[in-house]
Amino acid sequence: MGKYVLRRLLLLIPTLIGMSLLIFVMLRLLPGDVVDLMTGGDIAASAEAKQALRQAFGLDKPLPVQYIEWVAGLARGDLGLSLRSREPISGVLMRALPVTLELTLLAIIIGTITAVPLGVLSATKPDAAIDYWSRIAGLIGLSLPNFWLATLALLFTSLWFRWVPPINYISPFADPIGNLQQMLIPAFAIALHLMAIVMRMTRTMMLEVLRQDYVRTARAKGAGERLVVYRHALRNALIPVVSVIGFQVGALMGGSAIVEVIFGLNGVGNTLVQGIFNRDYPLIQASALFLATIFVVVNLVVDLLYGYLDPRVKLA
Amino acid sequence: MAQGAENTVAAATRAVVLAPDVAGRVRKSRFRREWRNPIGLVGAAIVLFTVVLAVCAPIISPYVPSAQGYGRLVEPNAAHWMGTDELGRDQLSRIIYGARVSLQVGAVSVVLALVAGLLIGVAAGFYRGWLDDWLMRVVDIVFAFPGLVLAIVIAGLLGPSRTNAMIAIGIVYAPAFARVIRGSVLSVMAESYVEAARVVGASDVRIMLRHLLPNIMAPIIVLTTVYLSTAILSEASLSFLGLGTQPPEPSWGGMLNAARRFMELAPWLAIFPGCAIMLVVLGFNFLGDGLRDILDPRIRTP
Repeated sequence: MGKYVLRRLLLLIPTLIGMSLLIFVMLRLLPGDVVDLMTGGDIAASAEAKQALRQAFGLDKPLPVQYIEWVAGLARGDLGLSLRSREPISGVLMRALPVTLELTLLAIIIGTITAVPLGVLSATKPDAAIDYWSRIAGLIGLSLPNFWLATLALLFTSLWFRWVPPINYISPFADPIGNLQQMLIPAFAIALHLMAIVMRMTRTMMLEVLRQDYVRTARAKGAGERLVVYRHALRNALIPVVSVIGFQVGALMGGSAIVEVIFGLNGVGNTLVQGIFNRDYPLIQASALFLATIFVVVNLVVDLLYGYLDPRVKLA
Repeated sequence: MAQGAENTVAAATRAVVLAPDVAGRVRKSRFRREWRNPIGLVGAAIVLFTVVLAVCAPIISPYVPSAQGYGRLVEPNAAHWMGTDELGRDQLSRIIYGARVSLQVGAVSVVLALVAGLLIGVAAGFYRGWLDDWLMRVVDIVFAFPGLVLAIVIAGLLGPSRTNAMIAIGIVYAPAFARVIRGSVLSVMAESYVEAARVVGASDVRIMLRHLLPNIMAPIIVLTTVYLSTAILSEASLSFLGLGTQPPEPSWGGMLNAARRFMELAPWLAIFPGCAIMLVVLGFNFLGDGLRDILDPRIRTP
C-alpha cells in the first residue's frame, strides 16, 4: 500500500507540470498583449513606457525562462503580485480557499446523503413506475442550470424572508450557524447535478450488485433484507459511486465559480472570474492552476480510497 | 488524476465498446420497441419544437426583439406574455430569438469538439505507438481541468464574444470525444473484419471510412446528443458571467444576468430565461437517454 501511494504521488508531478504548461502556454499564445491591455490600448503610452512595464513583469525574457521562473516561484509558494491590487497572490488565494473548499465539501455531503438513499430506494423497489420517475427526476436534475437555481434562491429568500446573504465570509469555526445560513443555499445549488448523477449511478450499480451470487447467498443463509441491501449490496455498489463523485468535483469547481459570483462569496472561482475581468494575468494563472490542482488532488485521494475500498485495485 | 480519469474513463470506454455485430435485425426490432419509450420521444419533441422556434423566429415572435418602448418592467399580460425587460423590450420575443443563439452555439461547439475528437481519437487508436502516447497525454491534461473553469479562462482570454465562447466550449469537450472515440476504435480494430480488410489490401483511409466509422457511430451519436445539452448549459453559464454572447443580442444566460439587478421588481425576468434553458437542456438529455436505450444501453453518459 505504501508503495502504491508513493507511486501515485509521484505520478502527480508530471500531471501538475503538464497543467502548469498548458495554462502558461494559453496565457502567452492567445491573442492580446498583456502590456497593451494594461495600458488600456492607449496609443499615447509611449514605447518606452511599455518596455519598462515589460521589464518590470519580466515579459521581455524568452518564454522558457519566464515559465521556469514562474514554476520556481510556485515551488517557493511565491505566486507573484496581483497586477490590480499589488497584493501577494498567495495571500489572496489562501483567503479564498476555505470558501471554495467548504462549498465543494458541503455540496458533496448534500449530494451524497440525499442521492444514495434515493438510488437504493429506486433500485430495491423494482416497480416500473418508481423506476421510471426516478429516471425522469435524475434527468431533470441534470438539466437545471445551477446559476438559475442560485439566482432564484436569492430572489425568493429576499422576497419572502427579506434575507440577503452577508457580504463577508463567516468562518464555520467562529459562528457555525451563521456560516451554514450563508453557505447552505449556494452549496445546494451546486449539489443538484451531483445528486442527479449519484442517484443514477447508485441505482444502476445496486441493480447490478443485487443480481450477484453473494447477494443470493446472503439471502439464502437467512440474512434480513435490510442487512442484505445495506451490508452486502450497498457497500459494493458504492465503490464506483465514489469514483464518480471524485470525477464530478471538477464540475463542482466550475459550479462553485458561478455560484460564488452570484452570492458574492470570495472563493477561488470568484477570484478567477474577477481576474479575467481585470485582465490580471498572474492572478488568472495562479487561480486556474489552484482550482485544477484541487481537482487533481481530490481525484488522487479518491483513487487511494478506491484502492482501500476495493482491495483488488492494488494489484493493478 | 491522470490516473483517476484513466480509471473512470477506461471503465466508461469499456462500457462504450459497441455491439456492432448484434445484427441490424435485432437493432431494428429494438428500435421499434424502444421508440415507444416516451422519454426519448418527449425529448425529440422538445428539441424539434426549439428548432422550429429558432428557425421561424422572425415569423413567430410577436415583436422585434431589439425594439424598445413597450414600457419598462411591465408584468406579463395579454400583450406581452412574458412581460418586458428593463429597456422595455418584449421578453417573449427575446426568448424566441435566444433559442437561435443557444442552438447555434451548442451545435457549432459540439461539432468542433466532435471533429477534433474524431481526428485525435482515430489517429491515436488507429496508429497506436508514440502518436497515441503523446496525443493521449495532451488529451489527459486538458481532461484533468475542471471543464467550466477551462472554458471561463479560454473565453475570457480570447475576449468575451459568442464566437469565442463556441471555440472555448469546443476545446473543453474535445478530449471527452477523443477518449471515447479512441476506445471504440481500439475495440473495432481488434475485430476480424478489420484484419480481413487489411489482408485484401485495403488502404488505411478505406479501412477508416468503410469499416471503422460505421462501427463507432453509436457512441458518437449518443455522446453528441448528450454534449449538446452540456454545451448549451456551458454557453448559458459563460453568457451569464458576461463571457459569452454579449448584449444586446438576446441569449438566455445573458438575459438572466441582466435580470439579476431588477429581479426583485420584476421576478419574471429571472424566471422565464431559466425555464427556457432548462427545457432545451432537458430535451437533449431525454433524447440522449432515449437514443442510448435504442443504440446501445451500455454506453455510459454523464
